[in-house]
Amino acid sequence: MESAIQIHVNGQARAWRNGTTVADLLHDLDIKAERVAVELNLEILDRATFDQRLLKDGDRLEILGFIGGGSL
Amino acid sequence: MADDRLIIAGREFKSRLWVGTGKYKDFVETQKAIELSGADVVTVAVRRVNITDRSKENLLDYIDPKKYTILPNTAGCYTVEDAVRYSRLARAAGVSDLVKLEVLGDERTLFPDTAGLIEAAKILVKEGFIVLPYTNDDPIVAQKLVDVGCPAVMPLAAPIGSGLGIRNPYNLKIIMEMIKVPIIVDAGVGTASDAAFAMELGADAVLMNTAIAGAQDPLAMAEAMKYAVHAGRLAYKAGRIPRKLYATASSPIEGML
Repeated sequence: MESAIQIHVNGQARAWRNGTTVADLLHDLDIKAERVAVELNLEILDRATFDQRLLKDGDRLEILGFIGGGSL
Repeated sequence: MADDRLIIAGREFKSRLWVGTGKYKDFVETQKAIELSGADVVTVAVRRVNITDRSKENLLDYIDPKKYTILPNTAGCYTVEDAVRYSRLARAAGVSDLVKLEVLGDERTLFPDTAGLIEAAKILVKEGFIVLPYTNDDPIVAQKLVDVGCPAVMPLAAPIGSGLGIRNPYNLKIIMEMIKVPIIVDAGVGTASDAAFAMELGADAVLMNTAIAGAQDPLAMAEAMKYAVHAGRLAYKAGRIPRKLYATASSPIEGML
């Protein structure tokens, strides 16, 4: 697993192959990119850059979407 | 009433009833209730996507963003930083620049932290957001929110989910008279008469969630709310008679024996 990197996705540590982009990761997780917001190490990413953003070991990724809620 | 459109920040809304999407049994019920309510603005929360169970369906599969205005909210945010962060995430998730801004001050009452709210609104307005702030029934705070650029203000009727109805009609009335932007009464409605009352006071719209989702029959209540908001609006526009202490006969005396 030399080529594996550890990435925290929504608080869970997971191993991914080296060279994974944000778009690859969303695809692997079966998440539609157009429905979510992605925050990489507290930086909100522009959706147009998902396929260029390479992930590196130790990155913290948050993937958020809309759920039912009015006022909490 | 066809020309009685609600316009906020240049956007036109058909319905004066806005609804939340929380607390329903499932997405099918959510969809049906919204449909029956006639609402065209639907508020949603922003949360982490479930990455372990992808079989879970997405709310937006049921609430078509082409048909409804999706109004993301910052429910659950207790700090300016969190509210700003969630607003930015909501915009990045791609629906619009609209945000129902909540900065809560206390878990028990869910009353807004109005100082934090004004601060967060200021930041977000500068970033181009259309900020619709959930606030207290305080006219001074409402004016400050307008001053920092909010194109509408959403004062509460009672604590979120309490169903207590319009607790302070006089403050709400003062807000409606003083504040020159649309006023959307948000939170606290319990039943149809509360919604009608809010509209009769002169509210431009009412936003609710629990009153519908928590009713024994949410679909029937959704429909009741649609008519209540409509009736309240019509009554407001019609202009009610003044209250008088004594009777005024409505039948003529002439012709009596």
